[in-house]
Amino acid sequence: MRENVVIIGGGIAGLEAAGQLAGLGYNPILVEKEDHLGGHLADWHCLFPDLIPAKDVVSTLVAGAASANIFTNTEVLHINRLQDCYNVMLSNGVSVMTKAVLCATGFRLFDAHKKEEYGYGVYDQVITNSDLEKWFNGIPDPRIDNSMMSSAGFVHCVGSRDEKAGNPQCSKVCCITAVKQAIELKKKFPEMMVWCFYMDLRMFGKKYEDFYISAQRDYGVRFIRGRVSEVSENIDGRVVVKAEDTLAGRPVRITLDLLVLMSGMVCNPKTVRDSGTVQFPADSDGFLKCRNSVTDFNLSAQDGIFFAGSCTGPKTVPETIAEARSAVLSIHNWFKGKQ
Amino acid sequence: MDFGFSISRSSTVNLDSVALENFTKLQALEPDALKCISCGSCTATCPAGKFSGMSLRKVIHNLQRGREKEAVEMLQGCMLCGKCSMVCPRAINTRHLIMSIHKIYGEEAR
Repeated sequence: MRENVVIIGGGIAGLEAAGQLAGLGYNPILVEKEDHLGGHLADWHCLFPDLIPAKDVVSTLVAGAASANIFTNTEVLHINRLQDCYNVMLSNGVSVMTKAVLCATGFRLFDAHKKEEYGYGVYDQVITNSDLEKWFNGIPDPRIDNSMMSSAGFVHCVGSRDEKAGNPQCSKVCCITAVKQAIELKKKFPEMMVWCFYMDLRMFGKKYEDFYISAQRDYGVRFIRGRVSEVSENIDGRVVVKAEDTLAGRPVRITLDLLVLMSGMVCNPKTVRDSGTVQFPADSDGFLKCRNSVTDFNLSAQDGIFFAGSCTGPKTVPETIAEARSAVLSIHNWFKGKQ
Repeated sequence: MDFGFSISRSSTVNLDSVALENFTKLQALEPDALKCISCGSCTATCPAGKFSGMSLRKVIHNLQRGREKEAVEMLQGCMLCGKCSMVCPRAINTRHLIMSIHKIYGEEAR
């Protein structure tokens, strides 16, 4: 008999794990609360640093997971520990008995409304990274379509590295995402001036630094080191941005047609809807707590509960996929150890 | 009337009114100028800097903030020794850049 493995979350980690588990002879049961698979990536346009279309990545992962049992529009209500297995109750009335549960619940974007000084939801010309990505994907956005688009700015670290916003952690991927989105904007509007307001630029990944150099040299994106302090709207409906140019030690102000807030990653608040006997405690960084963060990042404190992807901290797409594969190997070895 | 205090001019750089025509010309000649990350290696190694206040980092930065006169004045301290070129992590040909800055901003600023 094929062993069940319940996977919570149909984003890229869940999809990759489902495909790999099916390949190893397990019966993955994938539970996704939205009506579509792919998580955040389903709304994304293309991926740094090679500008690979996100939809290609999602469709490859969905095809790989085709043999899994997939429930969309479904939440996990609660998980209860039984003698030697878990009872997972789903919102569609299905109850699953499983020995292993893989939590791949990912992240949510920081709600940019909370940084009121940046004016998201207050001024028309202030949008988020996610809004811009949807527009790149062909979804009309009057805030972008109606503007002159001669100048745009990116505000890095919105709701990340910000204790008062409740998230002191670095979300890690926003620096390179801003560089990518700035390049995409310059490709669409070559005459546009694009400014990035940053605290640090953390170009840690493969070819990220090259991408950053290309944004500077080939696309003329300008980087100002200084956190935006406040944003206001002028009579023309454009946004006036104030910051300190800390490299010069002087305040700067600039009027822009569009301001993009790089919202950071925070943990999905609810892994399961109601509390059963199985809980998912958070670590000091707000993300789910794994057994240890060096070697046992795929394991929870509870036997048979595993983690993959950004539920345990901000991650890039390749890191998430690699974690999903490693979680599958952990699950496989765990089952072998039980025999 | 003397109130016993005065208000100094705002030090804010208004990027809306900074004319970048010259810098655009410089960019065409020296696309690498935009690669500067203001790390300060050039300034730290500059033998003229200690005595004249010369800082290539500041020169490149000031040109982009419309402070062209200051930038060119500062550049007078440069002896073209090329040490900054040796230490630049972004491999900017700084001597060549300095010559190009003189070419574009030289007469105008003086």
